[in-house]
Amino acid sequence: MRQTRSIEISTGLFIILGFCALFFLATQTTNIKAYGETGGYEVTATFTNVGGLKVRAPVTMAGVDVGRVTAIRLDPRTFNALVTMRIVSKFNEIPDDSTAAILTSGLLGEQYVGLSPGGSESFLKNGSKIQFTQPAIILENLIGQFLFNKAASGGKP
Amino acid sequence: MRLLRELYYILLGFLQGLGACWLFLFRILRYTPGALLRWRIVWQQIYSVGAMSLVLIMVSGFFVGMVMGLQGYNTLSKFAATSALGTLVALSLLRELAPVVTALLFAGRAGTALTSEIGLMRATEQIAGMEMMAVDPVRRVVVPRFLAGAVSVPLLTMIFSAVGILGGFVIGVSFMGVDSGAFWSQMRVNVDVWDDVVGGFIKSIVFGGACSLLAVYEGYYSHPTAEGVSRATTRTVVNSALAVLVLDYLLTAFMIHGV
Repeated sequence: MRQTRSIEISTGLFIILGFCALFFLATQTTNIKAYGETGGYEVTATFTNVGGLKVRAPVTMAGVDVGRVTAIRLDPRTFNALVTMRIVSKFNEIPDDSTAAILTSGLLGEQYVGLSPGGSESFLKNGSKIQFTQPAIILENLIGQFLFNKAASGGKP
Repeated sequence: MRLLRELYYILLGFLQGLGACWLFLFRILRYTPGALLRWRIVWQQIYSVGAMSLVLIMVSGFFVGMVMGLQGYNTLSKFAATSALGTLVALSLLRELAPVVTALLFAGRAGTALTSEIGLMRATEQIAGMEMMAVDPVRRVVVPRFLAGAVSVPLLTMIFSAVGILGGFVIGVSFMGVDSGAFWSQMRVNVDVWDDVVGGFIKSIVFGGACSLLAVYEGYYSHPTAEGVSRATTRTVVNSALAVLVLDYLLTAFMIHGV
């Protein structure tokens, strides 16, 4: 009887250890926090090009994480990209004339949305649209432009 | 002509085995609710199948993680991207290595034990004795062992992943000098809960079910001789390894394209 008991206790320990490992993996090694943010408010912005922006990419202001991209769609009439973002409700005093730009962290890093504040007295709220946007910089276009300018100036530096 | 006939019989035997295994699974599943009520037997089987494999799984996981740390560091340093070491170790462990290696180790450590135990019960006519006493041997012997295996493998896989990531951390951060903040933060940005952790967990559930089913099936239908039991044990390891690798491909293809 005593032996059965110790066997059962070891089994219990094993199962608890297994679930601890699952918990550790789910909370410590993943981006689970990105799913927890169901509160807050949604704003949209249209970009002429989103580059490599992905759903769940961070939305930052002065480098601080303020929200996530929740959806990226193509506007069928204007052929612009319609990006929906969810901003944490803590940051509810962002001026409604702020600028949204698609930036890249580092040379090869992930793309994210950076907000720079405007000067308006009224604030962004649920469903509002960011008017001023700046599309992602496409490296190929940049190089093309550079070469074109070079050619136009006759190859002189 | 003879060759064709041989091939035909091999194919027929394979189909027969597959069908018998499938029917056996339904037979097991029918008794599963009843076995859960007598959870004590299942609990004791989890001890011999799962808890006893713990040390093996943890040591293997730690070494696999350390190898990933070393190899990953060596390759990533060529691209000056050693800060992505955490991502590399975590993703390869969670998505592929932990489910597959755990299932293979489980088939070798516990699957063989299940097969030879049930096979010897049949060889020593204990199973026939149970039938004489109107005790269904599938219900009393097979179902608790199957359930114990199916429960243990996912838990062992998660332990394998966690220990492996710690092993990669030890090598990468302590010995190779990767920044520990970069190691964890890059991992947290790039590892997805649903795609990676839950995906690996689903894989391990499927592998656990397949390995346990093959082990109890081979044991239950082994020839009641010493040679028969030894052959059944060999078949358990071979078939489990093949089943795990084939299922892994199918599940990966489904997860990448289907979801």
